[in-house]
Amino acid sequence: MEEKKKAQLGGLLIAAVLLVAPFVAGLGFGNAWVRVLDFAALYVMLALGLNIVVGFAGLLDLGYIAFYAVGAYLYALLASPHFGLHWPAWAILPLGAAVAGLFGVLLGAPTLRLRGDYLAIVTLGFGEIIRIFLNNLNAPINITNGPKGIARIDPIAIAGQPLSKSIEVFGVSIPGVYLYYYLFVVLALGIVFVTIRLQDSRIGRAWVAIREDEIAAKACGIDTRNVKLLAFAMGASFGGVAGGLFAGFQEFVSPESFGLMASVMVLCMVVIGGMGNVPGVIFGGLLLTLLPEIFRNVAGPAQQALFGKVLLDPESLRMLLFGVALIAVMLYRPAGLWPDVRHRRELAGKKA
Amino acid sequence: MPLLDVRDLAVHYGGIKAVKGISFAVEEGEMVCLIGANGAGKTTTLKAIARMIAAHGEIRLRDERLDRLPAHALIGRGLALVPEGRGVFARLSVAENLAMGAYHRDDGDIAADLARIHDLLPRMFERREQVAGTLSWGEQQMLALGRALMGRPKLLLLDEPSMGLAPLMVQKVFEVIRAVAAQGVTILLVEQNAKLALEVCSRGYVMESGSITIADTAANLLADTRVRAAYLGG
Repeated sequence: MEEKKKAQLGGLLIAAVLLVAPFVAGLGFGNAWVRVLDFAALYVMLALGLNIVVGFAGLLDLGYIAFYAVGAYLYALLASPHFGLHWPAWAILPLGAAVAGLFGVLLGAPTLRLRGDYLAIVTLGFGEIIRIFLNNLNAPINITNGPKGIARIDPIAIAGQPLSKSIEVFGVSIPGVYLYYYLFVVLALGIVFVTIRLQDSRIGRAWVAIREDEIAAKACGIDTRNVKLLAFAMGASFGGVAGGLFAGFQEFVSPESFGLMASVMVLCMVVIGGMGNVPGVIFGGLLLTLLPEIFRNVAGPAQQALFGKVLLDPESLRMLLFGVALIAVMLYRPAGLWPDVRHRRELAGKKA
Repeated sequence: MPLLDVRDLAVHYGGIKAVKGISFAVEEGEMVCLIGANGAGKTTTLKAIARMIAAHGEIRLRDERLDRLPAHALIGRGLALVPEGRGVFARLSVAENLAMGAYHRDDGDIAADLARIHDLLPRMFERREQVAGTLSWGEQQMLALGRALMGRPKLLLLDEPSMGLAPLMVQKVFEVIRAVAAQGVTILLVEQNAKLALEVCSRGYVMESGSITIADTAANLLADTRVRAAYLGG
């Protein structure tokens, strides 16, 4: 009973924080910070998707951003003047999940026998192939508009109301970034729910078994091929949804958003947060979206105040500190900042 | 009809013939071992029977052709493999490992079988909450065995259960194996420790560079001068 009450209280607290967060950020620091929160929600979705592949099933994927790209470009092509199509978001987003899932299987099928480094190399290549395709599919037939990207994408609309425009509620004008925030948070919570249910299911146990020992998993009667493909497909479909949301939110997509660094970033969220642990991965996603933004805004002025001039470019300093932080986490918290209970137990047990 | 019937089994790793068309059989209720030196092809043979690696030849469990089934379908047919070394799910608890052994089952007897495993391996009950990776090697071997038994196998394939264990632990593991055999489970054992294997088994096959060179009862093999010279230390 106590536990249940605690859980309810925690849930209410989280709900309250999620509700007021954009107002605190927006009124306190400006609407650019609400935009940062929107991106944080998108990255949490991506991190949870990649966590299925890397954290649950133990398949190292360095090209995950490709599925984000697939979702984003699908939305861009079906809801922009580029082809003159203007499909509604509620139709494109599920389709984006399905198409990205299909791409997940396309990547998974030829790599079923690979693990570890070899799988990482192939997935890295796959991510680049998708990006390069997007970059070059403007000739002979212009499909993706090449490096120029696709602009004037339709904003996501709910009940005819585009979320890019502010709405009046009780005489208060609420800007579009707030509306997107609430949509993204609702969808991110949906993904959290699906992830937790998957983790506790037969499929979730099969993923973990494959991660731990593939031969033993087969010997237990797990169809490792299908279960792995399912991990790729599920992870990819989350990425596809996030990509569609990204396209509608930005109203512009171009190949350069989907480079290797973006894949690495999402992987870092999973690893630093705590592979396989849903709250940890969410934490990692939030941390790695918010911290760099905070840093970007603080590093310049701080140097100005201390030394009277900007000695180090905040952008390169950011990468430096990011690298140092990564090394520190790997040295002192190898299982992540908020690891899976088991992982922690095992590491503790090994020391004993 | 034997429980397990292997005919002309051959395995190639690239151009290397690891198993060169061997044939043998295991009758129901028997405990049979494959012995031989390192690299003789014993483990490869076992993996091929469990369909973990590609192989040529016929493998029959009763009248069913196993060589046409995928690896994950075998446990449902009554064949369980205890893999070589640390074949447990290291980050799952002991209880979760045992539950994975019944992954393919949906009958109502799982709890009863778990109780039976706990009788057989009391340590696994004491340590049910412990993460498998923190067990000693011997206990991990026991856990792998228990997990395989949770699948209710008719035929158990054991790959080097004594590997890396202290002599006392080896004795314990083999006591358990004997107890499992006494319950009517047929066992095919691969073992480098030939003396130990021949003492518990009724029959044995000696493998040498991918072929079976001698097939006889365990008692005869223990007395065989060639076996004594090569595998039993004179």
